[in-house]
Amino acid sequence: MASKVLLSKQKVSIILNRLCHQLMERHGDFSNTVLVGLQPRGTLLLERLLELLKKEGFGVIQSGILDTTFFRDDFRRSEKTLNAKTTEMNVMVEGKEVVLIDDVLFTGRSIRSALTAIDSYGRPKSIELLVLVDRRFSRHLPIQPDYLGAQVDALQGDKVKVVWSEEQEESIIYLEKHSE
Amino acid sequence: MKKLSVSHLLGIKYLQLEDLHLIFETATHFKEVINRPIKKVPSLRDITIANLFFENSTRTKLSFELAEKRLSADVINFSASQSSVSKGETLVDTVNNILAMKVDLIVMRHPNPGAAHFLSKQVDSCIVNAGDGTHEHPSQALLDAYSLQEKLGDLKGRRIAIVGDILHSRVALSNIYALKMLGAEVKLCAPKSLLPKNIESLGVTTSSDLMSVLNWCDAVNMLRVQKERMELSYFPSTREYSQNFGLNGARLKQLRKEIVVLHPGPINRGVEVTSEVADSEQAIILDQVENGVAIRMAIIYLLGSQLNRVTT
Repeated sequence: MASKVLLSKQKVSIILNRLCHQLMERHGDFSNTVLVGLQPRGTLLLERLLELLKKEGFGVIQSGILDTTFFRDDFRRSEKTLNAKTTEMNVMVEGKEVVLIDDVLFTGRSIRSALTAIDSYGRPKSIELLVLVDRRFSRHLPIQPDYLGAQVDALQGDKVKVVWSEEQEESIIYLEKHSE
Repeated sequence: MKKLSVSHLLGIKYLQLEDLHLIFETATHFKEVINRPIKKVPSLRDITIANLFFENSTRTKLSFELAEKRLSADVINFSASQSSVSKGETLVDTVNNILAMKVDLIVMRHPNPGAAHFLSKQVDSCIVNAGDGTHEHPSQALLDAYSLQEKLGDLKGRRIAIVGDILHSRVALSNIYALKMLGAEVKLCAPKSLLPKNIESLGVTTSSDLMSVLNWCDAVNMLRVQKERMELSYFPSTREYSQNFGLNGARLKQLRKEIVVLHPGPINRGVEVTSEVADSEQAIILDQVENGVAIRMAIIYLLGSQLNRVTT
């Protein structure tokens, strides 16, 4: 399997800082904001953003982890059983400004299921979408990000993966392109 | 992606340990779902489920129906007393008629042991056994074991006692299979007349001394005396049964350690447990009921995901 680094660690680090500042610009003191990381991998991005925001002085930000398995539209569409992951939403989103956070935006179907799933916790004032990578020209639904790390062009069969490094604090992520 | 090793839930006997873990893991996610302000998920919105109850039930029927509705399935209910069964229709005919209305999954309670197994061989549908006579009640055993795990952690090496009418209890048999599979030690306690012959061959021990069993165990499952299944008298009087095999506050206080008390319901207060015990902190009877919905959602979700694939 061929793989290629699409974005260097340094570049990703810069992007994360930019996303963080864009959130600060739009959400002020975050008092009415809930950041929601989507399982399985959006949660890691959420963690990194919360760390960076903490360094900027925003120690207490309401956040949650949402699994959308039971809201997916491909139940009984393949041999696979869709296994759920943990949801940790200890905050209601009624009247709140929600930011959904995911690593890669591909077809848009998981975001659609997240839009339905989040309703279980109340009616938010607004919902925005933050993604680290947008795979252009591959959307199945009219869904676009409000905060975007980088746009990537990849063939349908390719996998774009965000790999998080645990050891180093600053340069934490790199992207790989896998050809099948 | 993990999936169940079976396409019906006929009994715990037919499951593997991995199935139990998968059901428990999925149930944990559903337990979070049923504690949300909006407790419904759309997974099974294109599936129709028939609940066939050929025998009375309150808890199990409500629990299954709620689980199905929380998963957005369409639900139809059938009870034998109001049906053509009383006109002489056979079980297979009844079920095939219901299936002809495009029903995908059958949840059935039946007074005859083996009814669910028989039906799974006769009709082309997914069958969930909600209790077949004195044989098995898998969903109850799953929710009992799940509730115990929640309270005690891993059940491996834990000591669980089952007290009461073992002879007529499908809950006991399913519990034995499930608890043994999870690595627990199981001891049965009942009057000799209510213990099936050769039950030790399932790897359990027996006793008729309640206090020694209570001192031995980490948790006790108090079963109801099933008078409706008794054609003859198995013990001299209810009072005597209660004196020898009933759990009361005084007995709990005498024990060397605090034990967990389960009861599958319905409770005969004052017979197998007193109100003091049933309403105590040690009793997890209402947790069992809450977990029952989550466990049944997990069962139906996992079996439902294996139903004929939607094709274009």
